[in-house]
Amino acid sequence: MRFLSNLINGLGLGSVYAIIALGYTMVYGIAKMLNFAHGDVIMIGAYVAFFALTRFAVPLPLGILAAVVCCTVLGVVIERLAYKPLRQASSLAVLITAIGVSYFLQNGAQLLWSASPKMFPSIISSGAIELGGLSISYLTLITIATCIVVMVCLTLFINRTRTGSAMRACSEDKGASMLMGINVNQIISITFAIGSGLAAIASVLLCANYPTVTPTLGSMPGIKAFTAAVFGGIGSIPGALLGGLLLGIIEILSKAYISTQLSDVIVFGVLIIVLLVKPAGLLGKNIREKV
Amino acid sequence: MKEKRNIFSILLDDRHRARTISYTMVAVAYIILEVMLKSGNLSSLFTGLLVPATCYLVAAIGLNLNVGVSGELNLGQAGFMAVGAFSGVCVSGILKGAVPAVPRLILAIIVGMLLTAFVGFLIGIPVLKLQGDYLAIVTLAFGQIVMNLIMNLYVAIDSTGLKVSFVENNFELQTGGKYLINGPMGATGTERIANFTAGTLLVVFALVVVYNLIYSRNGRAIMAARDNRIAAESIGIDIAKTKMMAFVISASLAGAAGALYGLNYSTMVASKFDYNTSILILVYVVLGGLGNINGTLIATVVLFLLPQLLRGLQDYRMLIYAVILILIMLVTNNEYLKTKFSVLRRKKA
Repeated sequence: MRFLSNLINGLGLGSVYAIIALGYTMVYGIAKMLNFAHGDVIMIGAYVAFFALTRFAVPLPLGILAAVVCCTVLGVVIERLAYKPLRQASSLAVLITAIGVSYFLQNGAQLLWSASPKMFPSIISSGAIELGGLSISYLTLITIATCIVVMVCLTLFINRTRTGSAMRACSEDKGASMLMGINVNQIISITFAIGSGLAAIASVLLCANYPTVTPTLGSMPGIKAFTAAVFGGIGSIPGALLGGLLLGIIEILSKAYISTQLSDVIVFGVLIIVLLVKPAGLLGKNIREKV
Repeated sequence: MKEKRNIFSILLDDRHRARTISYTMVAVAYIILEVMLKSGNLSSLFTGLLVPATCYLVAAIGLNLNVGVSGELNLGQAGFMAVGAFSGVCVSGILKGAVPAVPRLILAIIVGMLLTAFVGFLIGIPVLKLQGDYLAIVTLAFGQIVMNLIMNLYVAIDSTGLKVSFVENNFELQTGGKYLINGPMGATGTERIANFTAGTLLVVFALVVVYNLIYSRNGRAIMAARDNRIAAESIGIDIAKTKMMAFVISASLAGAAGALYGLNYSTMVASKFDYNTSILILVYVVLGGLGNINGTLIATVVLFLLPQLLRGLQDYRMLIYAVILILIMLVTNNEYLKTKFSVLRRKKA
């Protein structure tokens, strides 16, 4: 029973990772870049939601909406100003720029809102559902439900809409999709917008689980979610879900049964083993190198 | 016909120009700073930055060998620095009282370097099977793992000898015993035996190692493996061996730098060597120019000092640092400016 409740907690944490990992994996799939600043977009979302809910005392849905709108705009602006001019540059140059953006957001947040942690208001009642001796908190349930809804919507969007198929085309072959009349720059912007909007949702879930808001709040979940994306096979949307959930479960289980301090070691250790056995991640496509 | 050449033309020919410039820069900087130091013209803030600057230089030169010359993105250089730092601190702590400061420092650096080389070799076996972004993420993961392991390590010494423990801190120390590494609190009470001269000598050592490697047969093999893996393999270059060589030497230089760094502070926590530090060193290398050691030297010194010089702007300095970083990347990769510069260069030639 204790194992089952740990497993469900792991699914809860994993759902948050999965939503963040979606942002990484979509951007990688289409723009072929590692967006290191993604974790810091989460942090900005957390601050926006925090101020909306406390200072302006708006109802919760409006607070989440504010965070989503701000993050979406921020994601598109970052892409336009910092990444778009580097479309032709080496991937290392883009990576460094992304690191610069990440530094910028962290230090900007520190200047604007100070480094002292802020307490995120509790937004979901702390009750729990009892299921034959097993108690699942509402928070975990809502987190998992949000993840499912997000995944279903995103899958439908990618597979059923015109923009979605344009995105799939871009990730297959940018040059060919350009010839087919797809506006690649616009598609990349849309990808950043969706990824950042998801980051905002993740930020609210993250703060509901761990209610302290600081300028470095996004970096560790960011790295973990990035690991999850690579774990599942970067560029693959089901892979991000699988990677995120597995990473969450591994983290919670190793905290519960092995050692709290060593949970990060175990999480990263599992990642390395998976990559050695399946170098493209669990669901990633293996691309053959041609001579 | 063999041209008669004097020493200057040899020093400035294609094979030697880069090294001549490097050694000259280091020597001039050392002499100027040492004179200022001895005559007391250096502020205490600046004096405190000298040794860390040399440490970052050594780590960055090592990383350039890995990222620039060998072409593998490594996001875990700080993890190797951590191995060197904490093993160096342990060696110095154990030998305290038995060996005077200077040989103890040298011994600590050598042990730090060898141990890191060994760790680098062990990590290199799985890591170098991967390529590109996957290799980068695995080095990042290893950096985090190393940092977390050291945060759970307890090493103490007392009259009964050396005690090592992992995760559990259950020593019963005799009177006079002390912790060398105290888990999350890191190394405490380290005797500060690092100095600027040792740092400069270490930079020179790193330069000698890297330059001699680059211009050797092995160095050319490493670069061939970077430029075209398949072509290099087809002419009989052992890719795994050359990549491993660059990786291990890069790691061991980071270890030496870490040992010096650890012995420059009385307290040192493992979380100092997180992925932010790895990325900081990577930024030095990339901005200096991949594969260009002189660029690394200049970029490291400038970027290391920049946040300190911007100290007058207090809170804004890290923000400005970030903006400068982004702008440099945007300007150096701008197609329009690139063509302009190449026109200028052609005119000069």
